[in-house]
Amino acid sequence: MSAAQPMSGGGELVQALLLRAVRVLDPRERVDALLDVRVREGVIAELATAGTLDAGEPGEEVLDGEGRLCATPAFFDPHVHLRTPGQEHKEDIESGTRAAAAGGYCGVIAMPNTDPVLDSAPLLRSLREEASRDAHVPVGFLAAITRGLRGEQLTEMAELSREGALGFSDDGQPVQSAGMLCKAMQYQRLCGGVLALHEEERSLSAGGSMHEGAISAALGIGGIPTVAESTMVARDAELAGYEDARVHFLHLSAAASVQAVAAAKARGWRVSAEVSPHHLLLTDEAVRGLDTRMKMHPPLTGERDRAALVQGLRDGTIDCVATDHAPHARDEKEVPFEQAPMGTTGLETAFAALYSGLVLRGALELELLVERMSAGAGVYGLALPAIRVGARADIALLDLEREWTAGEHGWESRSENCCFAGQRMRGRVLATLAAGSLAYRDDALAATRPTRPSRPARRDPAVAQDTAGAARATAREVAR
Amino acid sequence: MNHLLSIEELDRDAIERIVAQAERFAEVSDREIKKVPALRGRMVLNLFYEASTRTRSSFELAAKRLSADVVNFAASGSSVEKGESLKDTVLTLSAHKPDAIVLRTPWAGAAELVSSWCNAAIVNAGDGKHEHPTQALLDVYTLRRHLGRIDGASIWIVGDVAHSRVARSNILAFQRMGACVTLAGPPTLIPRGIEELGCEVRYTLDELPSADVVYALRMQRERMSETWVPSMREYANWYQVNAARLAPAQLLMHPGPVNRGVELSGEVVDSPQAVITAQVEAGVVVRMAVLYELLAGSGSRAARTERAAEPSTEAVHPVKAALAEGQPA
Repeated sequence: MSAAQPMSGGGELVQALLLRAVRVLDPRERVDALLDVRVREGVIAELATAGTLDAGEPGEEVLDGEGRLCATPAFFDPHVHLRTPGQEHKEDIESGTRAAAAGGYCGVIAMPNTDPVLDSAPLLRSLREEASRDAHVPVGFLAAITRGLRGEQLTEMAELSREGALGFSDDGQPVQSAGMLCKAMQYQRLCGGVLALHEEERSLSAGGSMHEGAISAALGIGGIPTVAESTMVARDAELAGYEDARVHFLHLSAAASVQAVAAAKARGWRVSAEVSPHHLLLTDEAVRGLDTRMKMHPPLTGERDRAALVQGLRDGTIDCVATDHAPHARDEKEVPFEQAPMGTTGLETAFAALYSGLVLRGALELELLVERMSAGAGVYGLALPAIRVGARADIALLDLEREWTAGEHGWESRSENCCFAGQRMRGRVLATLAAGSLAYRDDALAATRPTRPSRPARRDPAVAQDTAGAARATAREVAR
Repeated sequence: MNHLLSIEELDRDAIERIVAQAERFAEVSDREIKKVPALRGRMVLNLFYEASTRTRSSFELAAKRLSADVVNFAASGSSVEKGESLKDTVLTLSAHKPDAIVLRTPWAGAAELVSSWCNAAIVNAGDGKHEHPTQALLDVYTLRRHLGRIDGASIWIVGDVAHSRVARSNILAFQRMGACVTLAGPPTLIPRGIEELGCEVRYTLDELPSADVVYALRMQRERMSETWVPSMREYANWYQVNAARLAPAQLLMHPGPVNRGVELSGEVVDSPQAVITAQVEAGVVVRMAVLYELLAGSGSRAARTERAAEPSTEAVHPVKAALAEGQPA
C-alpha cells in the first residue's frame, strides 16, 4: 500500500566481511552452532562450519570470534524518542541511532511526540530525508493519532501512511476518549498501520510521579496506581476486538495489564505488546533514593508486577522488548524528583542489563532474550532480522563474558539519564551490522586482514558443549 | 551529623541528643538577655521556596539567639522568578559561604539533593509532602515535657495524612521514641501503603478515647478545590477534634496554623489540654539545638575538622562556657 520504503537511513553496505568462528545463535532459524559467516554487499552470502571459510578476496575484513563471540540477529527497538525536531539538545537522529548501533540494534522506530508533533506529511518527509542522510541504522516513524497529540482531531492518517508512517501513536499524551480512539480504529481500515497505545487513565494518574504503594506513601510523593494503565489496556483491547483493529500496547508495567493482553489474545483480537528493560529489572524500590533517572512513564512498579512482566515475556503474551529510550539533558534531570521529566535512556544498556539481570540469573533463556529483542520488527510488519544465507546482514556480535560498567566511558547518546548507569554488567555488544552496513564496532575488536586461513584460536568449553549437538542439527539448516 | 535531612536517617540516640541540647537552651530563653555566643561569626541562610512565617521566623530567632548572622532569601521576588534553577540558586548563594542553609521547598528530596551541591550544612525545613524533621523534633521535645515518657504512649495523628510532611516525620519520630502511632482520617486522605511504616490506620474516631495524645493535622483548604473530601462540613462532622471527642486526660497537639471549626473546635484549642503554643515555643529551642549540633556539636563537620587540625587540644564547649559565664554575646 505504501509507495515509500518503510525505513530510512543506514550506512554504506559492507562489501566483504568474514565473521570467523562465531557462535551463531538465531532461535527463529533454529541455529546454535560455531560457524563462519561471510557477508557480501550487505547480504549474508555463506554460512559454514567454523574454520572452513578462508579469507577470500583482497580487502575482505575479518572479525575473529575466536570461538567464543556470539553472533545473533541484531536487535530491533520499536520504541525510541529521537527528540527531533525541536529537542535536539537531548538527542537527534544521528546521536540516537549511533546509540542504537552501539546497543546492537539494526533498526528503531521513533515516536512522534516531538516539537512540533509529527502529525503532517511534510514534516514526516523532512524527517525521513534527515534519517536517510544521518542515521547509522534505519529508522521508522510513527505519526500522531491526533493533531498535536491533543486528542481532539485525527491526523491525516492516510496521507501520512502513504508518506511512510509505520503506524500511529499519541505516546506521552495518551488518547483519553474511547470515541476518538474508535474513530482512529475505523480509519485504520483505510490507512493501515499499527495503532501504538500508551495506556494511562489520566484521572487516576494525575498528580503522581511514581508507583502508588508503600514507598510513595513513605516518601510523600503522589502515586500512580497500576489500574491507571490496566483499565485502559482492557478498554482498548475490547475496542480493538469490536473494530477488528490492530493495536500494539506500549511499555506495559502492570501484572493486570499482562492479564488483559493475554485475555485479548485468547479471544483472537489483533493485539501485541512490548515491555522495557527497566520494567523487567527494576521496581519502585529503586526510587527510594529519589534519583531522577528512576523516574519514567509508566513508573517502575512493584515486584509482583515485575515478575508478571518477565513471565509475560517468556510465554509470549508480551511480544517484544522495547527500550522507550527517552533522553533528557543533564540540567533537566538535575532537579528535585517531582520536577524532573519522565524517561530513561536504554539503547546502549538493554542487552547487557537483561542478559545480566535475567539470563544469568536463570529467569530467561538467552535464546528467548535474543528472540524478544528482535521481534519488534514483526510488530510493525517489517522483516525480522535473520542469520540465513540470502538475508540482509542484521547481526549483533556479542561478547557474553565481557564485564563492564554502564556509562564508564560515556555514552553515544547525547544524554546520560540512564537508569542503569554505574551498574556492573556482563555481556557487551562488540559490533553491529545493520541493514548490511557495519554500523558499530567496539574499540576492543580489531579487524584483521590475514593472509592465511587460521583455525579458531580458543574455544570456550561451555559454548562448545552447548553447541555440540546443535552443530549437527544445524548442518542441515546451513546446507539449505 | 553533617545535615538534618529527615527523621528517617536519625536513630533514637540522635533524637535524644538534640532534645537534651534543646532542654539546655530552654534556660537561655528564660533569661532577660536571650543570647549566647555559640555561633558567633557563623552564617545561617534561610532559603524558602514556599510561604512560611512561623518556621522561617523560628529558625531566624534560633540562629540569632546563638549569635549567628542570618540572611533570608525568599523565592518570590527573586532570581527564582526569572527562571533560575534550584541548583544555580544554591550555587550562587553558596558563594557567600553560609555555614548552614535552612531550606524549604515544595519538592520531596530537594534538601538531600542540595546537600550534594554545596558545603554548607543543610537543614530540611520541609520538602514537599516528604518530611519536616524539625517539626517532629519539637513535637518530641514538647511531648517529653508534658508526658515525661513517650515509650508506650498511644498517639493518634488525625486528618490529612496524604498531604502532610509533618505526619510522615512524626510517624517516624514518635515510633523511634517508643510510641504506638495510629493514623485516622478520611480514606481519600490516607495514602495506600502507609501502614507499612508500622502504624495502625482507622477511618473513624470511634477508638480515639484509647489515645494518650491526639495530634490533629491542618486541613489545607487551598487543596480542597480538588475532590478529596465532599465538603469541610462533612469533614468536620466526622473528624473534627472537639470537646465531645477529646477525653480530659488527653494531650492535644497541632502543627499550626489552626483552622478553628474545621479540624479543631475553638473550645479544645483554648483548653488546657492543648499544648499548641508550647509547640511554637519549643520550635525555637529545638532549632537552636539543631543548628548547634550541625555547626558546633561534637559530631559536626566543624568540630571534626578542628579535631583533625589540633588533635591534642580539648576544645572548650562554647555553650557550656557561655552558660557558665552567663555572658551575653
